[in-house]
Amino acid sequence: MNDDPRPMIRSVLAERAGLPVDVDTLSDDADLFAAGMTSHASVNLMLALEDAFNLEFPDQMLTRGVFASISAIAAAIAELSATDAALPQDGGSR
Amino acid sequence: MGAHDEDSPAQGETGLDHRRPPPRPLGVGLPGPRAFALDQRRGSAYRSGKLMTEVRHATSAEASFRDELLARGLLIESGVPGLYGRGPAFERIRRGFDMLVTREAEADAAESLSFPPLLPRRHLEAIGYLSSFPHLAGTVFGFEGSEADAAVQAQRASRHEDWSETQRMTEVALVPAACYPVYPAVAARGPLEQDGIVVDAGGGWVFRHEPSEDPTRLQAFHQREIVRLGPPSAVLAWRDGWCERGLALLRGLGLDAERDTASDAFFGRGGRMLAADQQERQLKFELLVPITGEEPTAVASFNYHHEHFAEIFGLTLAGGGPVHTACLGFGQERVVLALLQAHGMDPAAWPAEVARELWAA
Repeated sequence: MNDDPRPMIRSVLAERAGLPVDVDTLSDDADLFAAGMTSHASVNLMLALEDAFNLEFPDQMLTRGVFASISAIAAAIAELSATDAALPQDGGSR
Repeated sequence: MGAHDEDSPAQGETGLDHRRPPPRPLGVGLPGPRAFALDQRRGSAYRSGKLMTEVRHATSAEASFRDELLARGLLIESGVPGLYGRGPAFERIRRGFDMLVTREAEADAAESLSFPPLLPRRHLEAIGYLSSFPHLAGTVFGFEGSEADAAVQAQRASRHEDWSETQRMTEVALVPAACYPVYPAVAARGPLEQDGIVVDAGGGWVFRHEPSEDPTRLQAFHQREIVRLGPPSAVLAWRDGWCERGLALLRGLGLDAERDTASDAFFGRGGRMLAADQQERQLKFELLVPITGEEPTAVASFNYHHEHFAEIFGLTLAGGGPVHTACLGFGQERVVLALLQAHGMDPAAWPAEVARELWAA
């Protein structure tokens, strides 16, 4: 699965991150905390991303840095998707 | 300021009016008639299969320390884990330490304010405590109902069964951190002078719902809190300065204290994020002293809140600019326990320099 997660991340951000600015005005690398996301809002964002992408962030990813920008979130999701793909859910071969 | 608005129309009704209407439905659960007759109803704790929160058990070192504290009358057993009376020797140490902090705080020209161990529930809600620490909060509930309800409640209570069904939330909650009442009280006075202020909230009772057999983890204890409210740089400098002063103060009592960055016991997986965030931004320092655990125990914390409380309660500076806040808290019972552990269970035999620090003045 190589779908670009960023459009979905942007839509989750718009709904759940409590940002005081329009998400469309933010670049992929913009610091979301600098844009006004509180630490409590980042928790809501984390939970909403788990719902939207049907995944669970492991404990070591539950940090400020992982949720600091759209590209950081996309990288974390890509990493988790790659890990999932590596699991032998499909018998280990495609 | 929204935090004092009241929307409850029932406030005028007090006293012995037995004919007051039954409580309004909460808007959750089953509508319509009750599924069971009055004397067959069970409370929520019964339905969830337990009457008490799970208790954290003591290690053998913690258990023997607790047993000795009880045997010597330093603490007094209540039957509930984490809830103890204090004997005179214990209180004398605690008060001595309290005075030591007071003397150290004199340099701050702090304004002394005292508050009860209850706070308006709305303040706890506004602070966001139920998001961060839903597992630790304690809310006061009170009876609301008819005489028949009261009879059922009394009957269940006499059998020590769950009688929560006839209880409803009141406007008050137990204070979980002794600094919480300070922010709304100071905000209500209007803008702060340019340098801000220091408030000494004294040694207030606080409650944490975390029953444990470890005597260093109490449900009700004294937190000696001092709060700084003012411009960001002054507040941060005060917090960092006090961290050093606190360290010197504890070491002056012969305690092997160390300082470390720390995080609060936030709830759940989201709490892990909040804790990591708190660590990364160095919002919390703790002073740690060996007591009975394998790891040293936190006996004091120094917390920088940025604009959190200022924004919630509308704290402003007379000349403009943001208000930040910080607080420090000594867990007084933990300090006493650390002293007993370090110097022995008989305070009369403690080193002279420790006795002088605590009781000389």
